[in-house]
Amino acid sequence: MDLVQLQRQFVDYTTSLFNEGFLDDQFNQLQQLQDESNPDFVVEVVSLFFEDSERHLNELTQSLEQQNIDFKRIDAHVHQLKGSSSSIGAQRVQKECINFRGYCEEKNIEGCRKCLQQVKHEYVLVKNKLETLFKLEQQIIAAGGSI
Amino acid sequence: MESCNCIEPQWPADELLIKYQYISDFFIALAYFSIPLELIYFVKKSAVFPYRWVLVQFGAFIVLCGATHLINLWTFTMHTRTVAIVMTTAKVFTAVVSCATALMLVHIIPDLLSVKTRELFLKNKAAELDREMGLIRTQEETGRHVRMLTHEIRSTLDRHTILKTTLVELGRTLALEECALWMPTRTGLELQLSYTLRQQNPVGYTVPIQLPVISQVFSTNHAVKISPNSPVAKLRPIAGKYVPGEVVAVRVPLLHLSNFQINDWPELSSSTKRYALMVLMLPSDSARQWHVHELELVEVVADQVAVALSHAAILEESMRARDLLMEQNVALDLARREAETAIRARNDFLAVMNHEMRTPMHAIIALASLLQETDLTPEQRLMVETILKSSSLLATLINDVLDLSRLEDGSLQLELGTFNLHSVFREVLNLVKPIVSVKKLLVTLNLAPDVPEYAIGDEKRLMQTILNVVGNAVKFSKEGSITITAFVAKSESLRDTRAPDFFPIPSDNHFYLHVQVKDSGAGISPQDIPKLFTKFAQTQSTKNSGGSGLGLAICKRFVNLMEGNIWIESDGIGKGCTAIFLVKLGIPERLNESKFPFMPKVLATHGQANFPGLKVLVMDENGVSRMVTKGLLVNLGCDVTTVSSGEECLRMVSLEHKVVLMDVCVPGKDGYEIAIRIHEKFTKRHERPLIVALTGNTEVTKDNCMRVGMDGVILKPISLDKMRGVLSDLLEHRVLFEAM
Repeated sequence: MDLVQLQRQFVDYTTSLFNEGFLDDQFNQLQQLQDESNPDFVVEVVSLFFEDSERHLNELTQSLEQQNIDFKRIDAHVHQLKGSSSSIGAQRVQKECINFRGYCEEKNIEGCRKCLQQVKHEYVLVKNKLETLFKLEQQIIAAGGSI
Repeated sequence: MESCNCIEPQWPADELLIKYQYISDFFIALAYFSIPLELIYFVKKSAVFPYRWVLVQFGAFIVLCGATHLINLWTFTMHTRTVAIVMTTAKVFTAVVSCATALMLVHIIPDLLSVKTRELFLKNKAAELDREMGLIRTQEETGRHVRMLTHEIRSTLDRHTILKTTLVELGRTLALEECALWMPTRTGLELQLSYTLRQQNPVGYTVPIQLPVISQVFSTNHAVKISPNSPVAKLRPIAGKYVPGEVVAVRVPLLHLSNFQINDWPELSSSTKRYALMVLMLPSDSARQWHVHELELVEVVADQVAVALSHAAILEESMRARDLLMEQNVALDLARREAETAIRARNDFLAVMNHEMRTPMHAIIALASLLQETDLTPEQRLMVETILKSSSLLATLINDVLDLSRLEDGSLQLELGTFNLHSVFREVLNLVKPIVSVKKLLVTLNLAPDVPEYAIGDEKRLMQTILNVVGNAVKFSKEGSITITAFVAKSESLRDTRAPDFFPIPSDNHFYLHVQVKDSGAGISPQDIPKLFTKFAQTQSTKNSGGSGLGLAICKRFVNLMEGNIWIESDGIGKGCTAIFLVKLGIPERLNESKFPFMPKVLATHGQANFPGLKVLVMDENGVSRMVTKGLLVNLGCDVTTVSSGEECLRMVSLEHKVVLMDVCVPGKDGYEIAIRIHEKFTKRHERPLIVALTGNTEVTKDNCMRVGMDGVILKPISLDKMRGVLSDLLEHRVLFEAM
């Protein structure tokens, strides 16, 4: 595939991500922060997000399988997850976190569990999308172009 | 007798005769001697006498004659020879002289005679000159009288005074018995006795104008002698013994403004002119006659009177016109002052009402928003939200009313500036997005490629207009789609028959933006369309949908201010409608156009250091969030230190840090405590860093933050621009509280 096609593909893919609500304006902000002095900023932040989120999700899974569920702790994790996802603009993950917190307040175990599934689902989706996006980026850079 | 040498007389002396001769001779001698003496005496007295030589001759002649006669006395008696010789010599001399004189006289007497003739001639001439002098004097008198009369007449511009004065002065100058003026009546068929000299109030009786005597007088501009018995001259009751004096009548032209037609000047016929008749009567029984110079005087006076009267008439007219104008002026002035007072009163009222209305509105809105942030039950929250919505609607209405009144005054002026035209449309779309998604309407924006990105105009009011039009389209559509089309109007499309009195003039610096908003909503019936733009007029459908009815009226005013036109078309009820407007916008110069798109990019891509070296401490438990905030600040050139917990924050915070950005997640707790501890650490105000709370949580309130001594609260997510703005505000004002 030649450079122009790659670039067009990149643009289309990015647009679709926005249109489908996977990413929001915050992601644009991140991209703006990337410059010559900070060339891999976005990748770094997103990678950190992946690490962070996986950790939190594991914790949540564990907490919900307990006998006595500590809603406060769950809430704290969800809060963190929400914060991270909103920081990078993972809109759908953030939305699910908000729902999760609602159920937490109600101390609705079933609701929480269901929500956790949703969050995980969304997280996986956005992770895949972002990874694809980065791959495309690398391909373009390899082909000699720029974003 | 002895020879005594005496001469004997020839004849014997007759005693008596001789005595007489003796006496006569004596007297002759006396006279002859005295005559020259007298002559000499009187000639000496008179300065001028050309004939001295003749006088001498004559004197000599007389003296000698006298001597002769004197000597003759001696010859009556016996006388000596000497006496006889003397006598003879005397006689001889006398003869010589007398002959000489006689000869001289032949020359002189014709001269003397001619002197006489000349004298006679001169005397005649003198008499003639005297006569002429008399004439000239009379004329000069007349002239003086005329001048005086004229002066009297012209010294006043009041018509009655003029006429009265004329009669009086004429009467005085010419020593008239009676003087009268007959004026034509309104109908022009009769002459009415208007003024007389002697009678105080003329009876006012009339004569028909067609009388032959009157026609005769009117036909010439000379004074005409008329009979004292003619009806116009019967001014005084004539007692038997009076022989009426001679009467003269003259016409007085009554000039009217319409007579002064320059074209007609040479053709003024007497039929179009009106005349008055002046009748002058000499004293009865005076045997005075009208002299030529007197008649001339009368004619001149009549003309002067005519001129004076016309002047008086013109002056009257102009005075009347001026009075009228002054009245009108006064009335207009009053009206203007009243209008001004009314406008001022209205403006004052509006200003006061505006202020009075805004104050409670402000209180309501502010307190309602504050109320929103407290703990409320869902019903209470709903109520508060409704209160907020209603009060902001009311605030908008107040603004609209004020705007409209300022618009109508003409006191509103557009605030021109260069702005991004595309972003105005995008902004409008964003603003209507919530309602649109609720109503499940589809909104499409079609911006033609020739619409420039930047334009010069009043951005705020243009947006208001577009928003109002689009808002209306959204309001009145229950379902379907709304299409917004914008393009640059070309000159052919500018000549729109639907707007016949709109004449756009395209020019180099401006373009006409054509915006069309088409909806598939309720539509408008054709008879309602004209009412749409009148303020406060609402049709049935709009009444139900709310709104004050001012929106379109204001839009129309704005569009007109932008030298454009707005109109609405609809195919009928239920068939949707299209709102179209044209506005004139300026084209920014090429320089500006190329500058703008680059500027934001420049800042973004090159991370322009707005705050070089500003030491900031970022505290955030969440790693991702921490990294993002750090990235933001680094991009702005700050020197960032990050910590992930409160204790670490307290440990790391130092004098060098100017700002502490701390993430406050859970309401209350850590964040606030840290703030308080920082305050404790830095007692001096200028050493303490500015503490700003970052939160994605709306439950963190301004008051809570302020209570613990924070300097600001910012809501996440933060864009780069927002961070930049926040930092600059913070550093400038040392406080920042974003409206939440």
